[in-house]
Amino acid sequence: MMKKKLLSLALAGMMVLGLAACGGNGGDTSSDASTDSSTDSSAAAPTGAAFKLGGTGPLTGAAAIYGVAAKNGATIAVEEINALGGDIQFDLRYEDDVHDAEKAVNAYNTLKDWGMQLSLGSVTSKPAEATSVKNNEDRIFALTPSASSTATIEGKDDVFQMCFMDPNQGSASATYISEKKLGTKIAVIWKNDDVYSKGIHETFVAKAEELGLEIVSDTTFADGNDTDFSVQLTDAQKNGADLVFLPMYYQPASLILAQAQGMSYAPKWFGVDGMDGILTMDGFDTTLAEGVMLLTPFNADAEDQQTKDFVAKYQEKYNEIPNQFAADAYDCVYAYYQALTNAKATPDMDATTLCDLMIQQFTTMTFNGLTGTDVTWDSTGAVSKQPKGMVIQNGAYVGLD
Amino acid sequence: MKNRLKNKTTRNNFITYGVVILIYIVMQILTASGSISSTMQGLLVPICAYVVMAISLNLTVGILGELSLGHAGFMSVGAFTGVTAAMALSGRVSSGIVCLIVGMVVGAVFAAIVGFLIGIPVLRLKGDYLAIVTLAFGEIIKGIFNNLYVGIDSNGLHMSLLSDKTDLAEGGKLIIGGPMGLTSIPRYSTFTIGIILVIITLIVVFHLVSSRQGRAIMAVRDNRIAAESIGVNITKYKLMAFTVSAALAGASGTLFAMNYSTIVANKFDFNTSILILVFVVLGGLGNMLGSIIAAAALTILPEALRQFADYRMLVYAIVLILVMLATNNDTFKNFLRRLKPGHKKAADEDGKEAV
Repeated sequence: MMKKKLLSLALAGMMVLGLAACGGNGGDTSSDASTDSSTDSSAAAPTGAAFKLGGTGPLTGAAAIYGVAAKNGATIAVEEINALGGDIQFDLRYEDDVHDAEKAVNAYNTLKDWGMQLSLGSVTSKPAEATSVKNNEDRIFALTPSASSTATIEGKDDVFQMCFMDPNQGSASATYISEKKLGTKIAVIWKNDDVYSKGIHETFVAKAEELGLEIVSDTTFADGNDTDFSVQLTDAQKNGADLVFLPMYYQPASLILAQAQGMSYAPKWFGVDGMDGILTMDGFDTTLAEGVMLLTPFNADAEDQQTKDFVAKYQEKYNEIPNQFAADAYDCVYAYYQALTNAKATPDMDATTLCDLMIQQFTTMTFNGLTGTDVTWDSTGAVSKQPKGMVIQNGAYVGLD
Repeated sequence: MKNRLKNKTTRNNFITYGVVILIYIVMQILTASGSISSTMQGLLVPICAYVVMAISLNLTVGILGELSLGHAGFMSVGAFTGVTAAMALSGRVSSGIVCLIVGMVVGAVFAAIVGFLIGIPVLRLKGDYLAIVTLAFGEIIKGIFNNLYVGIDSNGLHMSLLSDKTDLAEGGKLIIGGPMGLTSIPRYSTFTIGIILVIITLIVVFHLVSSRQGRAIMAVRDNRIAAESIGVNITKYKLMAFTVSAALAGASGTLFAMNYSTIVANKFDFNTSILILVFVVLGGLGNMLGSIIAAAALTILPEALRQFADYRMLVYAIVLILVMLATNNDTFKNFLRRLKPGHKKAADEDGKEAV
């Protein structure tokens, strides 16, 4: 009985503390949201004449390289446009979604509270599927830099993509390998619990079959057993694969490269845009990635003035060579700039009005950016542009052609 | 009524119901008057789902006294089966609420079946061993759903493992797409349904605890040998608590999944199980109101900390540590002692000394 009394006393105390904490939090959320939005808008746009551009992406966690790159790329574009001092000014805000659909919806709602008029969607696929539904419901136009899954744009008339859809990457890779005769016996290692990896794998295998490429080894891994690839690599080696296709993000790919070297297996490596970023990964020995080929729409070594300027600016500001995600986000902002200029939109328009204007513009305009020239969109929101093959040489991306 | 309210447990239970209903009314007023932020509004349903998860885990950890690290696994079972049922039904029934409720019932039933089957071998283990096995269970569930394909067409449901062999007829759609999880989920979940689920959960748990069975369950927790010696069927009561807990988690999983348009199996991983355990430990073992408050507070906290940008989760962790320290670490000590039945006596003696 004594013990019970003590326990209930403790519980009562806890309840009070818990309530206090809860009350504090509850109050904080609303007041934070209001103060945040007021300070943000007044600080960044004193005249209130800026378009509020918001996006969510993994700024922390395992996929942070993508989110941070996209944020940086968009920031550079916004600064450039704002420095022009024209009628169109942007106020950019990125929120962290830790590559998780639930957090992405929370981040999206935070941006909505802030008064977002135009959205950069989400950086990664799965969160984008969740936020694009909200974009469609709230009639806030979205142009995602890099969420490449089909479901992101499917059935949503106001969600557009700046990157290729996953299926297109797979078939484009197979076509590229076949056209350039890069390999005859192909091994594929893919992550079977990842939307991105699976989507590319499916279309790659289908296209490879069609083009007569021989797939000699097809092995998988999953979240949780993504540190030891000896089984997959041995299988590829045993079957004499001379090219290994890695449709995955850069982190497992870096381990595969290291372990393949450990077992002195040196096929040609071919990746997709998720491989982009491998060179800037902390603690990665870039010599391992020597000769790795990847298909990506952006090439940091391109000779055109626009790319050169962007790369120089990015390096100066963030001390890194920009990857495709940064370029995609940069292009997104400029595509908005072009569309808003054409539509003669003003920042005092509400999101719904802008949404209609943007749908009209994006389905009719042609855009030239870092990630492609003569870029067009169809009414589903899918992009049409040419991919570029790249190879890693001396620790840098070099165009393959 | 007056007499009943004199009973302290009954009174506490009514306070808990009251708090939940009060929160609901306040939130409804705020929503109606438009003075609630989108962020907060978006969090309402997930909070309800997490609250149900915390209460149901509290039944296993606090009342039954067994540490389970795979609670998110049951949530996952509920989410996938429940959403499949709701989506299969949504073509035939127009009312979203009906689909959701049927989904929740199906989710609860499947989670209960899985909980029962898992419970038979698992509950023979004690303490740390049970914790490890439930952990493994959570991973297995994740693995299964990552490789499961379920589609629906005019001929009914089709299922396949490892790769998509569902071979759907014209007009059919894939509901569970392996690693892609559930896509294009109709978003039927509402705050009202969420609160109703919370209240049902509370009714179930409170009635179970104060019933004959509940006393037997607590007797098993407090002293297994003594309980056995007076003829309490240990396995039966352990299974009972475990299955009820799993069923509630299943319903919560459906509610949670139907609030988002997409859900992947990886969402319900070890981290989610631990998060729910944190709610329970922070709220106090056996204390349902504590679980409710902890679940709500810890779901809101990361969003409230957005101003810290990249340091958000760091601040969250620090706040968590401080709150844990502040809220009486005796509870946590008791919790650790409960894991080891041999130490039970020592705990009792400590308790007496303290008094």
